[in-house]
Amino acid sequence: MSTTLLAVQTLNGMQLGILLFLIAAGLTLVFGVMDFINLAHGVQYMLGAYLAVAAYKLTGSFWLALPLALLAALACGLLLEFLVFRHLYDRDHLDQVLATFGVILFLNEAVKVIWGAAPLSVPVPELLNGSIRLFENFNYPVYRVALLGTGLGVAALLYVLVTRTRVGMLVRAGASNAPMVAALGVNIRRLFMIVFGFGAMLAGFAGIMAAPILSVEPGMGDNLLILAFVVIVIGGIGSIRGAFLSALLIGLVDTLGRSFATDIARMLLPPSAANDVGPAIASMLIYILMAGVLFFRPSGLFPVRTA
Amino acid sequence: MTAPALQLKNLNKAYGALQVTKDLSLEVFPGEIHAVIGPNGAGKTTLIGQIAGNVQSDSGKVFFAGRDVTALPVARRAQLGLGRSFQITAILPEFSVLENVALGVQAHHGHSFHFFKPAATDESLNSKARAILDTVNLSHRTDARAGNLSHGEKRVLELAIALAGEPKLLLLDEPMAGTGPEETRNLVEVLKSLKASIPMLLVEHDMDAVFQLADRISVLVYGGIVATGTPDEIRNDAKVREAYLGEDETA
Amino acid sequence: MTGTAFLFRNRIVPILLFALLALVPAYAAFTDDRFILLFVTRILVLAIAAVSLDFILGIGAMVSFGHAAYLGLGAYAVGILADSDIWAAWISFPVAILISGLFALVTGAISLRTRGVYFIMITLAFGQMAYFTATSLSAYGGDDGLTLWSRSEFFDTGLFSDDTSFYYLVFGVLLAVTLLLKQIAGSRFGRVLKGAKQSEARLHAIGIDPYRYRLAAYVIAGMIAGLAGALMANQSEFVSPAYMSWQRSGEILVMVILGGLGSLHGAILGAVAYLSMEEVLSGYTEHWRLIFGPLLILVVLYGKGGLLGLIKGGDKS
Repeated sequence: MSTTLLAVQTLNGMQLGILLFLIAAGLTLVFGVMDFINLAHGVQYMLGAYLAVAAYKLTGSFWLALPLALLAALACGLLLEFLVFRHLYDRDHLDQVLATFGVILFLNEAVKVIWGAAPLSVPVPELLNGSIRLFENFNYPVYRVALLGTGLGVAALLYVLVTRTRVGMLVRAGASNAPMVAALGVNIRRLFMIVFGFGAMLAGFAGIMAAPILSVEPGMGDNLLILAFVVIVIGGIGSIRGAFLSALLIGLVDTLGRSFATDIARMLLPPSAANDVGPAIASMLIYILMAGVLFFRPSGLFPVRTA
Repeated sequence: MTAPALQLKNLNKAYGALQVTKDLSLEVFPGEIHAVIGPNGAGKTTLIGQIAGNVQSDSGKVFFAGRDVTALPVARRAQLGLGRSFQITAILPEFSVLENVALGVQAHHGHSFHFFKPAATDESLNSKARAILDTVNLSHRTDARAGNLSHGEKRVLELAIALAGEPKLLLLDEPMAGTGPEETRNLVEVLKSLKASIPMLLVEHDMDAVFQLADRISVLVYGGIVATGTPDEIRNDAKVREAYLGEDETA
Repeated sequence: MTGTAFLFRNRIVPILLFALLALVPAYAAFTDDRFILLFVTRILVLAIAAVSLDFILGIGAMVSFGHAAYLGLGAYAVGILADSDIWAAWISFPVAILISGLFALVTGAISLRTRGVYFIMITLAFGQMAYFTATSLSAYGGDDGLTLWSRSEFFDTGLFSDDTSFYYLVFGVLLAVTLLLKQIAGSRFGRVLKGAKQSEARLHAIGIDPYRYRLAAYVIAGMIAGLAGALMANQSEFVSPAYMSWQRSGEILVMVILGGLGSLHGAILGAVAYLSMEEVLSGYTEHWRLIFGPLLILVVLYGKGGLLGLIKGGDKS
């Protein structure tokens, strides 16, 4: 295992972590503040990617498509909130699971009907094409670097929003004790809508950013949804900081595990067995990690909920 | 002198810098109701937790039924005969009143790894549960869904569930909280009739009830006991009047 | 609570349901429709798993998101033994049940330390571990799975090989499992589970630590789902990691919630409804999920308590 490979995979892992964070941030807030399990959060990421494709086809420019798709993702999120989710806030978790599962089925199929089942993509914008030399013998695509930077920027912005603004304060208060916030006369419905719309937009943003480097296809949000749940559970539900750290952790563990597990297994096992065991262990790593974290910290690394 | 049913020795508990139980010792003897009173924030809830086992003491010992139970979990203490009512009602709302009490009886019968015999028609559970509901004057609600009871009835049901375990001591956390005058009278009568057989530690805000029921009263202020005595002694204790009753008498 | 609607939901519906299911082979023979027999067999196998999930979910409030793992364990037990030329059901079925029970014991002991959504996720984690382990079994097909050349054998009876008798076997297992779990739900053990769901603090205060009871229930449910898995391997004559995917776990969960929690037969209703709707709708259009998705949402929004709740609801006094 060479250092170059290690460096590339570390960057790739961080990139997955950033995407996961953008999805998990909304998920953990919606869950933490509204106590709402939204399985449909993953399809909002997918929707973002498809909207980027559509907006790119319309405008021919990534830079025009980006804000357009972002607004459309926000609109879709708010529409879903209005049509379905707001009727589920005071239902129990299982009702929410069933209904949002219905939303997944519908939207996965809807994109198939509208855009077809074949994978689509958006070309990398001209400005960010090519690669840069990070150090000797080591080039890395500009777009991926930009993605990393943007993600970190959004994370920082989000951190400031949540810790420094009034809405952020309400959101944090809501995550630790929602009934209290409602009792203080805050319009909780509107707070919910803001959090929800914002979460949907972040997930959509992740989808848009992913569109030029990953294939855009129906169901692309499903596996990421599960990963995002792993992230928020490890991080502690409702905690932005926890979501950020555990998203990076999961991104790195998963990516590095996949590239090196087989090599490591070869040191311990005969090659043929290692070839079988390696990939399986690699896929399992994050789940082993989650089970381990929950065994020692049953409420995640950064528990928020007081009650 | 008979051995105490419950003995607390030098209990301490702090949350960070806040000392909520300070070197606290007290006894409950067979046949008596020992009331603990004190202003809000005196540490009564924590004390209840330390006795019941939800709160781990920093130091000190809890002796119950002749043995050191300081390290035992809640369920083990309950099995030894520590019955309790909760400050915030903890009944099983979806069960009928009878089922609530019958589950208490069942818990007292030993383990519940009985998979086949229907519990609902098990007379060995139900007959005793009915008798207890009779004792606490709740038999007219036997088949009601517990969640549909009035607040006062729920408090009585709590007591009935605790009694189902044939407790050697009752730990009562504000049993009168939120009950109407009629219901309070009923509870006072029921507790009076029980105290000969079951000693009780009573934490209560309703002073009338406390002075009617208690044989001895301890006054808790800032986690420590400032006075213990008969109701008359406590009524006339200068320290207590200052710390606690002072406001009450002007009211 | 003993209104006519209650009686209808809890007595007449299950009797009708089983009566109708008992008639399926006759109907299939009459219309000469072999497909319906095989299709309903598949429904019933999944219904067994759904009933076992409802036992821990509806009665014990344990939301397991890894229940498909047991289907897979049971199926692989049959598949791997068959691969070593052991076809006898009296060996493979007990092995399937035991292995599933053991897996439930170990993972349950760890999972039950957590609550709520953390429990959901940790059961998912163990399910995923089982799934990826199966994909690494290259000797048994890895990702692609393992084809069985024939069904299990029960002495020389043809119990498994004949489609109709296999149907009745599965039907019998489903009936027996439902009755058994209903009996347990009404026992002292079941009462503890139901009580712990309502107030854990109260249970502790009367001297019951619910942990061991929950774990026992979790193991029982795991063993039954393992049995369903062993039947599933026979039904499809094929074993693959897909049996254990989280999507499959989610599907069983949805069946149970769709049917209505806690009654056990509601889970059967949910399995029948879910799989037949899928079958019927996909007959009309390849994009059947466009209809099915909103249907699920409507059931949640307008029918509290799942399909059973739709049956003359609103009698809860």
